[in-house]
Amino acid sequence: MQTLLEIKNLKTVFSTARGVIKAVDGVSLILNTGETLGIVGESGCGKTMLALSMMRLIPANGRIAGGEVLFSGQNLLSLSEDEMREKRGRDIAMIFQEPMTSLNPVLRIGEQIAEAIRLHQHVPAKEALFLSERLLAEVGIPEPERRVEDYPHQLSGGMRQRVMIAMAMSCRPRLLLADEPTTALDVTIQSQILNLISDLKEKNNMAVILITHDLGIVAEAAEKVAVMYAGKVVEMSEVKKLFSQPQHPYTRGLIESRPSGCADTGANGEAYLKTIPGTVPSLYDLPPGCRFFERCVLAEDECRVREPELLEIENGHFVSCFVSQRIVK
Amino acid sequence: MASVLVDIQKLGKKYVLGGGFLQNRSRIVRAVNGVDLQIFEGETLGLVGESGCGKSTLARLLMRLEEPDAGRAYFKDQNIFAFSYDDLKTYRRHVQMIFQDPYSSLNPRKSAISIIQEPLNIHQIAGRKQNREISAQLMTRVGLSHEQAKRYPHEFSGGQRQRIGIARALALQPALVIADEPVSALDASIQAQILNLLKDLKKDFGLTYLFISHDLNVIRYVSDRIAVMYLGCIVELADKNNLYQTPLHPYTRMLLAAMPSCNPQKKKREMMIQGEAGEIGDQGCNFRNRCVYKIDICNRLIPQLRPYRERGLCACHRTGEI
Repeated sequence: MQTLLEIKNLKTVFSTARGVIKAVDGVSLILNTGETLGIVGESGCGKTMLALSMMRLIPANGRIAGGEVLFSGQNLLSLSEDEMREKRGRDIAMIFQEPMTSLNPVLRIGEQIAEAIRLHQHVPAKEALFLSERLLAEVGIPEPERRVEDYPHQLSGGMRQRVMIAMAMSCRPRLLLADEPTTALDVTIQSQILNLISDLKEKNNMAVILITHDLGIVAEAAEKVAVMYAGKVVEMSEVKKLFSQPQHPYTRGLIESRPSGCADTGANGEAYLKTIPGTVPSLYDLPPGCRFFERCVLAEDECRVREPELLEIENGHFVSCFVSQRIVK
Repeated sequence: MASVLVDIQKLGKKYVLGGGFLQNRSRIVRAVNGVDLQIFEGETLGLVGESGCGKSTLARLLMRLEEPDAGRAYFKDQNIFAFSYDDLKTYRRHVQMIFQDPYSSLNPRKSAISIIQEPLNIHQIAGRKQNREISAQLMTRVGLSHEQAKRYPHEFSGGQRQRIGIARALALQPALVIADEPVSALDASIQAQILNLLKDLKKDFGLTYLFISHDLNVIRYVSDRIAVMYLGCIVELADKNNLYQTPLHPYTRMLLAAMPSCNPQKKKREMMIQGEAGEIGDQGCNFRNRCVYKIDICNRLIPQLRPYRERGLCACHRTGEI
């Protein structure tokens, strides 16, 4: 398989009134053509900032402090703003959590999609509108010839997300960044949207980065997973491996604390959920050693003072935990 | 059999949308459309459904934050919609609520302990000093430390705020606690902590829960019985194990099929997840447009919630045959 995207030691920092925080702190990832990578983590772990850094769309008080984002071998971070604008939408497209705020409320659906098409392809307006109809049909919107005339508020949340996807697909990107694309949607709609994304991925041989807080979504839709915690990737592997043999105590905690879903057995009324004690450390005040130290059941003295690196413990399975690294060895 | 704590009969609530200056047509939304439901003492009744199905409106009706258009609800055989002001105050001692958003449901200008103490003061449970002691005990009980008592909501994390909200709800030692999506706004690792806490408190305080959630995993973990709501109606009501092992209503099946499982090996049963919740029609089954088992009668007759064997209640014309 061919490598499409390689992120090397990416760092994104934010200057705020309270100090500087490292939202993304040395993340490295590899994504192959046509593959789906799930990035999972809790709020504030840096998963969205990682995606925005790849697109070079981070908010004004942030800056990319180091690293490389190699897309087909080309470092996106060294492109000029104009060149980058060419990439966005054409080669890499992004969809967001809240489809209502990402669509322009005063423009018809058809015009918005046509605009995206005409930005990157030189086609007449009429043809762009026709193409947007075809795209709407492709993402499963009934009566597309009528729907192109609709405004966003006339559509349901699920339909709006389909419109966003249609727009993202307009230039047949090679990589789709989906940031919590179903979090605002109901489960039955969520399942339809996830199916749609995976269908489009298959048809277009597109790679997908699926950012989510829900392990269930990752299990269903991704082939590879990266688990993020406080700005770092703590575990990365093939999806089946991650669920059958999670190595990092945080990953294990996340999987085990899910109410029933994981075991898929009848939940016994008296059983308690396993929990991860404590809370995520503040990014302003990170401990010197492992960031998970205070919540970890396996923690040792070494973990307090030294920060573990993300190392490959077996083929394709990376973990940043001293204890798991030693056990597997 | 435990006694009935709350008995809801044919409860209905309509909202009129639009019809204002710029819109010439108004639209009626039947948020709760003839709900019959009983909550037994000591149980956790889970109420599950997608957004807009009316589950929060039902909770607000029970709290008497909304007035119904139709139907009645009894709390310990008293009609809650016939309460006088004084009765209502007493009623609210017995029925408390935990809200979804721990950010907007706490007064930002009050310290944690004052928030917990407020209901005690309002209902004059004891003198101020004693009330403060009770609140301090409650704080410890929900897993907050004494040092945190004087802090303000913004100094707490989401999970800790939810603990404050829970302590406040328990301050008056209610009989029934209505928890409206209490863990939806929390991160996965915190969710489990709060769910365990709610379970412990139920035992210690002898509580009854009406637990509202859209998350079938959460509902499965906490509930004894589960009611599934769709467009303002209860479509299925059953014991937890029955509901998850042999769901009767096609909508329940669809929900279960759509639930992301943590097992990547498992093949998806995606064929039946289609369509979106529309509007409530005047005739026929509201679910028929999304239903793969639809037959002719579904277009004409509204299915009633009926018992099926010993299994529970289901509102589907084809209960048992599909």
